[in-house]
Amino acid sequence: MQRAAQEHWRPSCDLKAIQLRAEMLAVIRAFFYQRSVLEVETPLLCHATGTDPQLDFFSTAYHHVPGIKKSKNFFLQTSPEFAMKRLLAAGSGCIFQICKAFRNGESGRFHNPEFSILEWYRVGFTLPQLMDEVAELIVEILPGSCKVNDIQKISYVELFEQITGLNPLVFCQQSYSLYASNNSISDAITLCGKDHSMWLDFIFSYKIQPVLNDQSLYMVYGYPVIQSSLARINKDNSAIADRFEVFINGIEIGNGFFELADASEQEQRFDQENKSRAQRQLLQVDKDKLFLDALRSGLPNCSGIAIGLDRLLMIVANADTLNEVITFPFDRA
Amino acid sequence: MAKYSTNEFKAGLKIMLDADPCAIIENEFIKPGKGQAFNRVKIRNLKTGRVIERTFKSGESVDGADVVDIDMQYLYSDGDFWHFMVPDSFEQYQADKNAVADAIKWLKDQDICTMTLWNDSPLSVTPPNFVELAVTETDPGLKGDTSGGGGKPATMETGAVVRVPLFVQIGEMIKVDTRTGEYVSRVKE
Repeated sequence: MQRAAQEHWRPSCDLKAIQLRAEMLAVIRAFFYQRSVLEVETPLLCHATGTDPQLDFFSTAYHHVPGIKKSKNFFLQTSPEFAMKRLLAAGSGCIFQICKAFRNGESGRFHNPEFSILEWYRVGFTLPQLMDEVAELIVEILPGSCKVNDIQKISYVELFEQITGLNPLVFCQQSYSLYASNNSISDAITLCGKDHSMWLDFIFSYKIQPVLNDQSLYMVYGYPVIQSSLARINKDNSAIADRFEVFINGIEIGNGFFELADASEQEQRFDQENKSRAQRQLLQVDKDKLFLDALRSGLPNCSGIAIGLDRLLMIVANADTLNEVITFPFDRA
Repeated sequence: MAKYSTNEFKAGLKIMLDADPCAIIENEFIKPGKGQAFNRVKIRNLKTGRVIERTFKSGESVDGADVVDIDMQYLYSDGDFWHFMVPDSFEQYQADKNAVADAIKWLKDQDICTMTLWNDSPLSVTPPNFVELAVTETDPGLKGDTSGGGGKPATMETGAVVRVPLFVQIGEMIKVDTRTGEYVSRVKE
């Protein structure tokens, strides 16, 4: 790493990390082959993209004639989710994909704007069933040296209350602020203000994630409904969404949903997100019509998850930064 | 002065924070997959030397601080101020006690120090990594005792007290690492 860092034409990771990646990919493919989950490919360059105000995308121009600048905008995908759901709606059955995804403006120890995703969907799976499968896969991927001791499934609400004493479902600016000033994160008070969701992100990132660091595989489920993303609302408790996140060594590894299948609810969420984009003075994003059409024609009940493969490889390789497991990270791509 | 957005944050960048000039020591990008992005930044206040942690919403901007490091020659002290000169331009600066701070005990006439200027006024002084100083006071000790262990305190011409090996005598020149305050070697005349 030190030697390699000196010359920018060289990969920033060592050969060992490159081999570990190849082994990891082989394990993943064998795992899904055994379970008859079909490997698929979907486009990275698409007409449309997600509206999530927290995800910035890359867009690029397609020239109708080579060299002629009359063009149309295309987007590099922030995840293959919409295209894979179109396959599901078309009757593909269970599918998985290993691909690149792109997120603009995300660069750091745990972020590279271009990164590798493993995304899979299980038709007929409930969220707990998918959580079990995620654990089985991760146990198979992690070598003996970094085995997880324990697999802990814990509800977001319970975890949040346990660590902070705060109720994540009901926003109380006063008690959140008091907690922040008593726990050396008083910056949150001015940054987050009345933004409940931002408060949750701040507290979770600073106070909860670091605690999930005891060699266990954590699956935190039942996110507050304001952070439901593309997950269904829980049918017994409308305050929470059927969404879970995977953490190892305090690092966020993946995000899974019991997938929202209702086209009109999905469209409302797009509209809502565009509204929130407007408030933040971000560009409006056209709703992905093909995706909505697919939902209207019928998405089978399914659960799906995206896993960040570079981060998972960091854990496999016992690395501290993504640069140690990516051949050519952003600054030398 | 320029403004800097969080995406330009990196170690060494000088910014204004709470009306004080500061230097970024470490910048970490934090972002839940589906959530708000933050920059968690370790910052040294260049006036007080204190290190604090601060979080910014990614995309926020802060004012840059007009802070530059310039090599200057130390000239003399008049008791209230310590006078330095830029060798190329002969331009002189006077630093007060706050700016000189701990560097005082290593300052020797004509040594080249690093002066940190904020809006063209001295903010802090960093002595050279190694200085050569005369020993003005130390216990004479036993002649011929060259045993490795122990050592003894010795006072330098600048007032600094350094732990030296037993064989070092008054009047000798020694080389000291100012970053650790440790004896390095004797200097042959």
